Amino acid sequence: MKTNDSVLLQIDGLQKSFIAPGGASNRIVNVPEFSLAAGAQLALAGESGSGKTTLLNLIAGILKPDTGRILFNGMAVSEFGESRRDRFRAHNIGYIFQTFNLLQGYTCLENVLLGMSFGQGADHMFAENLLKLVGLEGRLQYRPSQLSTGQQQRVAVARALANRPKLVLADEPTGNLDRKNSVAALALIREACRENGAALLLVSHDSEVLGQFDDTQDFAKINQVATVEVPV
Amino acid sequence: MSIVGIVLHSLRQHALSTAVTAASVALAGGLLLTVWVVKTQAQAAFTGVNAGFDAVLGARGSKLQLVLNAIFHLESSPGNVAWQDFLDVQSNLDVELAVPIAVGDNYHGWRIVGTTPDLFLKSEYAPGKKFELRLGGNWFDPARRSAVVGSFVAEKMKLKIGDKFHPFHGLVFDEQMQHSETYVVVGVLKPSNTPVDRVIWIPLEGVQRMSGHGAQADTAVSAVLVKLKAGSALAGFQLDTLYNKQGNRLTFAWPIGRVVAELFDKIGWFDRVLTLVAWLVALVATSSILASIYNSMNERRRELAIFRALGARRTTVSSVIVLEAATISALGVIVGFGFYVGLISIVTRIIRSQTGVVLEPFAFDPVMLWEPVVFVALGALAGIVPAIKAYRTDVAQNLTPRS
Repeated sequence: MKTNDSVLLQIDGLQKSFIAPGGASNRIVNVPEFSLAAGAQLALAGESGSGKTTLLNLIAGILKPDTGRILFNGMAVSEFGESRRDRFRAHNIGYIFQTFNLLQGYTCLENVLLGMSFGQGADHMFAENLLKLVGLEGRLQYRPSQLSTGQQQRVAVARALANRPKLVLADEPTGNLDRKNSVAALALIREACRENGAALLLVSHDSEVLGQFDDTQDFAKINQVATVEVPV
Repeated sequence: MSIVGIVLHSLRQHALSTAVTAASVALAGGLLLTVWVVKTQAQAAFTGVNAGFDAVLGARGSKLQLVLNAIFHLESSPGNVAWQDFLDVQSNLDVELAVPIAVGDNYHGWRIVGTTPDLFLKSEYAPGKKFELRLGGNWFDPARRSAVVGSFVAEKMKLKIGDKFHPFHGLVFDEQMQHSETYVVVGVLKPSNTPVDRVIWIPLEGVQRMSGHGAQADTAVSAVLVKLKAGSALAGFQLDTLYNKQGNRLTFAWPIGRVVAELFDKIGWFDRVLTLVAWLVALVATSSILASIYNSMNERRRELAIFRALGARRTTVSSVIVLEAATISALGVIVGFGFYVGLISIVTRIIRSQTGVVLEPFAFDPVMLWEPVVFVALGALAGIVPAIKAYRTDVAQNLTPRS
């Protein structure tokens, strides 16, 4: 799992539950221990509904854990208040969603610039370079609806790298792509992360996607929800 | 991309609802400005109009009716003043100038007023400003059937020097009531922006001796315009006492401005109703901002969640919403000034044609400063409710389904 000795992400005793419609507490995440080295590329294999997205949201600071600790580059993110977690996310995390989550009213370039504006600040030159890196130099002023699904995915990759993040989280990033585009997109994500010095944590249920990673872990072994009884 | 950039982007994205909402703010802003400016300017203009005189002496009755009739050339005359009464007030030591007027005829609805040349030659309608004739004109000859036409009447009736006309009896035009006398226009007044512009002026004797007027008209006038001597501070009080308290035949309306101000006091309720309506319209317009943005929040939840996922704070996304509401209001205020210009032009024209009083719609009024501030603040206030909704947007729930 580790490519060098520098630990970027360290998780200990992480738990997160949600209240189900009936009022019962439903534990989604229970990760006793997990770590990721700086610059590493790791794929987590897990079925839909297994809590992969929730774990990524906890790492990104979108959700706050019930218990446990998330250390990122020495920072105890799990202890941060919401505003500080927002700031942390803007400066350290790049997020690629299965549904891309591009802003439909904005052009490709604006989507990338928007990703920057909450973090390091808008840098037109870098934004254009990122879009060039993902092969969209001729589509800067196109809106997402004017692009193919594969091209939209590439915009999402460029946006995830906009703030020079230390970690890119990819949640089923090829889930909406056909096989050919899926392979190309994955190669692009991995290459883009390598070029920008970002670690990559990818979650997927697709065995072909997982097969392209040297380092793969079974999410069910990391997230031990099945073994935990939660009193209601 | 700054917060302002995001706001402008969002406004462009929702261009139609932005335009409609801003238009409603514009209508409200324009209406409020118009009501306010007309209210303050009309009061100032009407109370400031006195044709250069301090008081009006007329038949016993309402002071307001007397002033409206003699100064503004509105309303009917409350009655006649005997010639001797005119001579008495004219010879009063405190009176600098007394000018008699006689009314009772019209020309196609425009009032014909008989007077003496003193009105034009000895009085100033505003400090340092005397009535002037347009090129080639002359003042009327008291011994001839000649007329000097006010600028507004001349424009509307297309009267020019040398034109002849027959007066009609009464203050309301009735084509059956034409007098046989023929008058010749010998002069046209330059615009004075006073009610004088709306009158056809003929010699006093012309009205007094017009065919069909009663015999008593020969020795009576409708009112006397009185200018008191400067520095004679008590003169007004003395004449007020003489005519209004000791006497019971005549009314001395003094000072003219205060009499008109009493009119505005009497119709103050109407003014307050108008202002209230304007504020209610403003409230409705502000509510439309709230409704418009609030209704768009459901479709924007995902967008806001994406902002948050990219690192935007709760306060940032809620600020975007408040700023958006304030910007819509600001756009409305800007367009509202255009609406105000159109509306005030119409109102000014109507007031001028009905009263001869000219408002200055583009003169500075403090409302032009505070109205934009209040409207933008109201807009921002309207944005608070949807901003709270934006603040509470659950990022994880609105980004992707939980797996």
